[in-house]
Amino acid sequence: MMGTTLFIDPGRCIGCQACVAACRECDSHRGRSMIHLDYVEAGRSTAALPTVCMHCEDPVAPCAQVCPADAILVTADGVVQEAAKERCIGCGNCVVACPFGVPKLDVVEMLQYKCNLCYDRTSVGLAPMCATVCPTGALFYGSPEELEADRPGAHAADVFTFGDAAVRTGAAVVVPDGHAGPVPGGW
Amino acid sequence: MSGGVRYPIVPPGAGDFRGEAGGAPAAHWKATAAGERLVPTHCSFCGVQCGMYLRVAEGRVIGVEPRNHDINKLRLCPKGVVAYQQVHHPDRLLTPLARARREAPLRPASWDQALDRIAGEIQRIQSGAGRDAFGVLGGASMTTEKTYLMGKFARVALRTRHIDYNGRLCMVSAAAANKQAFGIDRAGNPWADLLETDVVIVAGSNVAECFPVVMQYFWGARDRGAKLVVVDPRETPMARTADEHVPVRPGTDAAFYNGLLHVLVRDGLTDQRFIDEHTVGWAAARDTAAAYPPERVGEICGLDPRQIERVAHLWGRAGRCWAAHGRGLEQHVQGVDNVLAVINVTLATGQIGRPGAGYGTLTGQGNGQGGREHGQKSDMLPGGRDLSNPEHRAHIARVWGIDEADLPPKGTSMHEMVEQMARGEIRGLLGMCNNPLVSLPNQPVVRRGYDALEFHAQSDFFLSETAARADVVLPTTVWAEDEGLVTNGEGRVIKHNKAVEPPGEARTDWWILCELARRLGAGDKFAFTRPVEILDELRVASRGGVADYYGITYEKVERTGGVFWPCPDLDHPGTPRPFEGGRFHHPDGRARFHAVEWRPPAEPPDEEFPIRLTTGRTVAHFLSGNQTRRLPGLVEQTPRPWVEVHPSLGFADGDPVRVVTRRGRVTYPALVTETIRADTVFVPYHWAGPVAANVLTVDALDPVSRMPEFKVCACRVERGEAVDPVPEPPVPPGRRPDEAETAPLGERRPPSMPQGRGTAEG
Repeated sequence: MMGTTLFIDPGRCIGCQACVAACRECDSHRGRSMIHLDYVEAGRSTAALPTVCMHCEDPVAPCAQVCPADAILVTADGVVQEAAKERCIGCGNCVVACPFGVPKLDVVEMLQYKCNLCYDRTSVGLAPMCATVCPTGALFYGSPEELEADRPGAHAADVFTFGDAAVRTGAAVVVPDGHAGPVPGGW
Repeated sequence: MSGGVRYPIVPPGAGDFRGEAGGAPAAHWKATAAGERLVPTHCSFCGVQCGMYLRVAEGRVIGVEPRNHDINKLRLCPKGVVAYQQVHHPDRLLTPLARARREAPLRPASWDQALDRIAGEIQRIQSGAGRDAFGVLGGASMTTEKTYLMGKFARVALRTRHIDYNGRLCMVSAAAANKQAFGIDRAGNPWADLLETDVVIVAGSNVAECFPVVMQYFWGARDRGAKLVVVDPRETPMARTADEHVPVRPGTDAAFYNGLLHVLVRDGLTDQRFIDEHTVGWAAARDTAAAYPPERVGEICGLDPRQIERVAHLWGRAGRCWAAHGRGLEQHVQGVDNVLAVINVTLATGQIGRPGAGYGTLTGQGNGQGGREHGQKSDMLPGGRDLSNPEHRAHIARVWGIDEADLPPKGTSMHEMVEQMARGEIRGLLGMCNNPLVSLPNQPVVRRGYDALEFHAQSDFFLSETAARADVVLPTTVWAEDEGLVTNGEGRVIKHNKAVEPPGEARTDWWILCELARRLGAGDKFAFTRPVEILDELRVASRGGVADYYGITYEKVERTGGVFWPCPDLDHPGTPRPFEGGRFHHPDGRARFHAVEWRPPAEPPDEEFPIRLTTGRTVAHFLSGNQTRRLPGLVEQTPRPWVEVHPSLGFADGDPVRVVTRRGRVTYPALVTETIRADTVFVPYHWAGPVAANVLTVDALDPVSRMPEFKVCACRVERGEAVDPVPEPPVPPGRRPDEAETAPLGERRPPSMPQGRGTAEG
C-alpha cells in the first residue's frame, strides 16, 4: 500500500456517480470517465461500486509488464501512469492483463486510457478529483492514519487473490469488521 | 467505431466509451487557460448549498474546482460538478421573446417592447377585472434579495393579493408544522451536530440521491457508533445498510410515528422533565397515541409490529437522537400532521437543541429556506411576518413607505391560483423561477389554467416548458451571473458571487422587477441598482421579525463562511441552535405538542386502482429538469424516467408498463427491483410532456399548508405496447439542435438502477 493512497469503501457508496462526473472534467480525457461505476446487484439492491486503478505493486503493474511498446510507466512514488500517447499502439494487451479490468481502449484513437490517480493533482499534494468530490467518502484519499481518524476502526486490505495468484496493490479497499487476510476473487 | 482500426477481437473494455450523450458539455470544452481565476461561490442546485469555486478565464466559466467550505468540505454531487456547464450553454435565452397571439411563434423582441407589453397588459387586466386579476408566481432557487423583491413587487407595484411560489410544492408542510410546534420555521441544528448523535431517524428522505453531500454527516455518525433508521417505501441507497429500514406504506406515516410514541409512553421511555419544563399539550398527544399500539400500526403501515417496537426502543434508550425528514413525509394531504407526529416523538424524549440531539427538515430547493422567509409566499411578509397580523402589516408598510390599508390581504396557494386561472379569476400571470407545466400535480388541470390566461409572461434562462407557451419570455441570469444571499437547509445564510457577465441581453430578475415597477408608476419604491441595496432594505424589513436578518451583511457572510439566522444585530454571531436549552419561540418559550390522528390518503387504493404510486427525485436531475435535462453527463447517467416495480408484479426490466390513474396514463420502461414495496410503484418527476409523472399525480392539498399530495395516489399498472417517448427540452427560436455526436433522447436506453446507468454499460 502506498503511504498516502486511495481507499475504496464500498459500504459507503451510494452510486451517485459524482466520481464519474468529476473524472470527466480532467483536462487529459475530458468528457470520458476512467471510473468503472458498477451497480453490482441490479434488481436486488441499490449497491454500487467504483473501480479505479489499484496501482499494483507486487507483481508490479501487470499492464506495464505486458506492454510491447513500453508505454506504461510507473513513477517512483508507485503510481502506474496511463499509456503515454506517443508510445501507445492501441494493442489492448493492458486491457487483457489487468486483474481489475481497469484500462480502457479507445478503438477510434487507438489509444489506451486509464486512471493515473490524477497525477497532476496528487503530485502536488491535492487529492484526486474523484476522492475530492465523493459525497460519502466511498473514495477516500489519505494515509491509513487519516482514514482511521476519519472513520475510527476502519480496516483496509491491499492484497487480492485470483485463483492461486495474489496481487498486492498501491490503493486499498476498506473491508468489513472481522475480515482478515486477502480479498478473494478480486472484488 | 467508424474511422478506426477494425480489430479481429475486441477485448472487453474497448470501445469509444464516450456514451450516447457524447460526454462533452453542450458548450464544448474550453482548455485550461493561463490567468485563470477562482471565484468562490456555492452550487446552483439543492438546499445543501455546497461551496465551490468557479474557474473563470477570459470572461468565461470554464470549469469547477472543489472548495473546502464548512458545509461540504470539498465534496460535490454529480449535479454540482457540472453545474457550471449551464453558464455558456447554447440553449441559453439571449433576448426577450414575444408572440402576438397564442398560436403565433415566439420571436425575438427588444427589452422595451417586452417590458412595455407586460406593463400594458398588467394595467389593462387590472383596470378591467380588478387588481387581483393579475398574479405573480415566484420560486425558491432565486437569491433571498430577489424573493424579497417578488413579494414587494406584488404588494406595492401590482397591489395584488395573488402571489405565491414553488416552495408550495416543496417546503410548506415542514414550515407550517415547525411554526405550530416551535414558533419558528427553522432547523434545530447544523448538520455537523450529527457526528455526535447515537440514533438517527430519516423520515421520508432519499438523502443519498436528493442531498448526496449531506451523507458524509450520516455516515460520519455511523462511524462513531450511531444507529440508522430509514423510513421509506423504497430501500434507497441510504437504507441499504441501515440498522432498520422501515418500508412504510405510502400515506401512513402519521400512524407510524404515533406508534413510536405509543411504545415510548408504554415502556416509560419519555423524558417527563423536559415535557414538564419545555412543552405544552402533552396529555392530548399522549392520549391520542394510546390508540396506536404496534399491532394496529403494523396493519395500517404494512409493517411487522416488532419493528415498531425495535425502533421505539432504539430511540427511547439512546442518549442523543436526531430526526431528519424530507418530502416523503411532507408531500401529503396530512403533511403538516406527519411532521407534527415526528416532532411529538422528538419533544416527548427531549431530543432537541443539543449537539447530537437534533431535528430538521432537509430543504429541497437551493434557497428553499431563504425563499420562504421574506414575503413571496401568499400569506407572509418579510422577516417571517404574517400578512394577517396588523402589527406586522404596519411595520412593513412603514418600511415600504405605503399606507397599511394599501397592503393587499393574503392570497391563495400556487395550485389554487392555477385553478383560479382556469375559472378566469386570475387573467394575467408573471412567472419567475418556476416550471409549473412540469412541477404541479394533475397536469391536465394545470394546462387548462395556463391556456385560459389572457396574458402570461415568464422569465427563465432556458426555455422551460412553461416559458415555451408564454406570450412574453424574459431572458434572465444563471446563478453565476449575479450575487446575493441564499439560506441553506440548516438555516445558514451564504452568498452566491458573480463570476461572469450575463450573455447576450440576459438581465437579472431583480432588474426586471424594478423596470416593470417603474413602468407601473412605482419606480421610487424600486430604485435599486445593486443587490446590496435590496439586502439593506430587506435587513431593515426583517428586523424584529422571527426571521431576523438585520445583522447579516455580505461582508460578514464572506468573513465567516455563513451566518445562521436569526441574527438581530451587527455584532450578533448568529444562531446555529435556535432551541438550545429547550427554549422555543412561542411567547411562553415552550414547544407545542399536537394530537395527530392518522387519516388515509386522498385517494386510497381500490379494486380499480389497487397500487400506490409515489414520486420523487433521482440523483442526476433536479426539480422540473429544465436545467439538468440539458447537461450531457447527467443525461448520460439518467436519460429518461421509468416506473419502478417489484418483481411480484410480473414484469421484466425494460417492459413497457402503463401506469394508469384517474387523471392520466403514461407508459414507462419497467425497472424491476426488490427494493420497492410490492404494493407501491415509483416514478421520478423530472421529465415533461407525455412522460411527466405529474400527468398521473393527484391535486389533493394539505388543508393547512396547501401542499399537494405528490407522494401517494392510487394507480394500476398494466402491460403497455411501447414506452412513451421523451420530448427534447424546448429551445429558443433560431437555435439549431446540437450537432454533437449525441443520440436522440428517444433512442437512449433507460437506466438500470434508480441512480442511473453504470459506466460499464457502454
